[in-house]
Amino acid sequence: MNYVIRKLGFYAAALWAALTLNFIIPRMLPGNPVDILLAKLQQRGGNVTPETRQAYAILLGGDDTQPILAQYWSYLANIARGDLGVSISYFPAKVTDVIGASMPWTVILVGVSTVLAAAIGIILGALVGWRPGTWLDSLIPATTLLAAVPYFWLALVLVYILSRGLGLFPGQGGYDVILDPGWNLPFILSAVEHATLPALTIVIASLGGWLLGMRNMMVSTLSEDYVLTARAKGLPARWILINYAARNAVLPSVAGFAISLGFVVSGSVVTEQVFSYPGIGSRLLSAVTNNDYALMQGVFLYITIAVLAANLLVDLLYSLVDPRTRAKG
Amino acid sequence: MSVELAQGREQAQVRPGPVLTVENLSVVYETDRPVHAVKNASFQLGRGEILGLAGESGCGKTTLAYAINRLHQAPARIASGQVTFHDQDGEDIELLTLEDEKLRRFRWTKLSMVFQGAMNALNPVRTIGSQLDDALRAHDRSLGKQARRTRCAGVLQRVGVDPERLGSYPHELSGGMRQRVMIAMAMLLEPQVMIMDEPTTALDVVVQRDILREIVRLKEELNFAVIFITHDLPLLLEISDRIAVMLRGEIIELDKAETLYRSAVHPYTRKLLASFPSLSGDRGAFIRSGEYDSFEEQP
Amino acid sequence: MTNIQPLSETAPVSPTEELATLAKASGHRPTAAWRLLLPTPTPWLITGLVLIGGIAAFGIFGPFLVGNPDAISNTGLSGPSPEHWLGTTQTGQDVLAQLAYATRGSLQIGLLVGVLATILSAFFGIYGAYLGGFADEVFSLLSNVFLVIPGLPLVIVISGFVPRESRGLWTIALVLALTSWAASARVLRAQTLSVRNRDYVAASRVSGERPWRVIAVEILPNLLPVLASQFVFAVISAILGEAGLSFLGLGASGSSTLGTMLFYAQNGFALPLGAWWWFLPPGLMIALFGMGLSLINFSIDEIINPKLKNARLVRRRARRTARTDKKAAVS
Repeated sequence: MNYVIRKLGFYAAALWAALTLNFIIPRMLPGNPVDILLAKLQQRGGNVTPETRQAYAILLGGDDTQPILAQYWSYLANIARGDLGVSISYFPAKVTDVIGASMPWTVILVGVSTVLAAAIGIILGALVGWRPGTWLDSLIPATTLLAAVPYFWLALVLVYILSRGLGLFPGQGGYDVILDPGWNLPFILSAVEHATLPALTIVIASLGGWLLGMRNMMVSTLSEDYVLTARAKGLPARWILINYAARNAVLPSVAGFAISLGFVVSGSVVTEQVFSYPGIGSRLLSAVTNNDYALMQGVFLYITIAVLAANLLVDLLYSLVDPRTRAKG
Repeated sequence: MSVELAQGREQAQVRPGPVLTVENLSVVYETDRPVHAVKNASFQLGRGEILGLAGESGCGKTTLAYAINRLHQAPARIASGQVTFHDQDGEDIELLTLEDEKLRRFRWTKLSMVFQGAMNALNPVRTIGSQLDDALRAHDRSLGKQARRTRCAGVLQRVGVDPERLGSYPHELSGGMRQRVMIAMAMLLEPQVMIMDEPTTALDVVVQRDILREIVRLKEELNFAVIFITHDLPLLLEISDRIAVMLRGEIIELDKAETLYRSAVHPYTRKLLASFPSLSGDRGAFIRSGEYDSFEEQP
Repeated sequence: MTNIQPLSETAPVSPTEELATLAKASGHRPTAAWRLLLPTPTPWLITGLVLIGGIAAFGIFGPFLVGNPDAISNTGLSGPSPEHWLGTTQTGQDVLAQLAYATRGSLQIGLLVGVLATILSAFFGIYGAYLGGFADEVFSLLSNVFLVIPGLPLVIVISGFVPRESRGLWTIALVLALTSWAASARVLRAQTLSVRNRDYVAASRVSGERPWRVIAVEILPNLLPVLASQFVFAVISAILGEAGLSFLGLGASGSSTLGTMLFYAQNGFALPLGAWWWFLPPGLMIALFGMGLSLINFSIDEIINPKLKNARLVRRRARRTARTDKKAAVS
């Protein structure tokens, strides 16, 4: 129980840090984002009232009328209310609406890809570590090469070969624009088809890390006394592999999920760009291009919250997987 | 249930002759300069006998024990020798040339091991119960889930551990308890030989005495043979029938405990005996002779 | 059975003896202790070193040997030819020349960020763990928080707020370093804690060694392999990070790196127009460099975790023994 409380406390602290970062960054950097934002807002035909200016000043900085702490407080209050402003690039849509529309795409893409990559990587890593000296060993340098490949370049190559070259998968977009979005079969199928290449990119590029980590851990675990006891007990080889070796070797991979997820999210942002995939990463990038500061901040916030939530989930899961954490409390 | 089985075995014809024969066993560590860890070790283990294997660290006693059960791992390699298990059923099994699957089935059912430092010998992420259970499942398909559970509970009770502990994890038990669990696990399938590698070294002397008494008592009940490996020669003098002394890979002396104690032949054995100080200056009495049957009564 | 005579050297059976004589014949002396700290030259390590060396040489000396990367010509988007070994870009610029300069740019920034990030992680990881107590708790919390906040989005946001003119090399380098030190710091902290609690450090302290000497003589040598491994890792992720930033158009203004090359390739519609010679080489360069660094990291891993080295040596000896056995069986 103590473990759960500690973890919740930590993630609360991390969330606070992210919010504060989000608050500080626009204020620390040169240039006045509020003016730029309001100029563009007016260009798009928006109504700029003193209240609007005030709201954006609170959100982005540039409001010198109030002391910094008061600004901070109002900022947090706004966020708690769910008011993240209006997006310029998608004017007049609210930031929260823009994010809401694109979030599911990314969550599904990244979620499925990460789970796949982790599952394949861990299983292969366990096999490579269990029985060294087979052809599986050659997987290690191969996946190392792939892990050093930039996500977006791999995406380009895959599009070149599989989409442009062989015409197997579409290279752009999230779905066929002719179709109606919704929970109907043609749409879902199209969505899956369009998600294949981005997912493939993410899986191939992140597989290496999982594989290598698991393999190294397996080599360590196999020299542990409890594996020796298991062999002395005459347990079948596969049983030992799964229940004694892999079961213990996988723990650091679960614990290190945070680092891995961070990389995957970073990689997926750029991948979405290449594929013009309608996810949250694309939104972030178009926000940067258009100086849509409100959207930029909003997306960053949402990405951070999503990653923190995923990590919290995994940490709680870890306590189920490793009984020793429950005791330490 | 197990008690009846043991009695049944006693009543049946006990096959004459040793239960284990080791002939000229040599084990080499294939490092840059090969190390001959065990050189031409030969001995016989009688049924129901406790054979002590003594020697200093690095003399090769653990390597020998692992090699008998083919648990040695590269870079260790068995260079020569023969290990024959004379099964109670009448069969003679050559351990070094046994096929993998037969070896797997042989292990734990006929010969089991208790390892040093049960701290690491138990899987930290699974319960005691599941670890006892999978030994049963691997070797005895006939038992149902309930029967297995009863058997595990029974064997824990035998070594003095509360059967409630079946659901506990290894880190929730004390060192002494873990070692008892290891012994219980080794007894599960009622093997004919138990190899114990420093089973009490990591424990304090009080717990050590309790566990040793347990081992001797269980041996009387179930009539299994024990190879007891330790550097603690006086301990062996108390519980062993015969003792083998190893030095740098060779068995330099092998004799009855009494004879070894009173008139050791090899100079190293004498040195080893002399190196253990006596608490009182006098020679104490042995556990086996029953002169002192409680800890408080010792001088 | 019982060997009452003092020890005699019994002649072991071949192929053990043969292996021993083989070793002696091939002039193998047992390795000195200090040599065991260095990585063993395996094929992997050599491949890694060759890759790194080759690419670094290309980056350092290449720009002196190739033509002007900015010179535009009329032969736009042409494939590899004798004049242009890697073809030309959309505006007729020589891809090979661009590649050389871009490699240099990427290496520069990779090294810079790698050093910065390692210094940061060493400070927060090692120093914090050495101090212990409250400082350690704070440093540790800081690294965990930074670890959990996703890196590239943060970099994008920071870069996004900085107007293009102010985005110099140092700004980008600093931003990249600030978002990538956390993972290394955690690893270094764990390693420092483990070394700090070991008996020989305690013995050194108890015998009155001064603190700086304890750190320099007892703790640091054990941290060096891990530090080296983390530095290599930092360089890889710096190059990849910078490439990603540049590809998105958020990199250092006026710089020429492999990432910017890919940015122009993407904007010049290299992919739809099938100009593979434009976008393939830069990415491949990054990948090969990263692979070389990873291979070196394997060897460093073996020093840190000797069990990995044992596993490899066991396999090698098993092959050798099998060969000797086969020879014995045949003869």
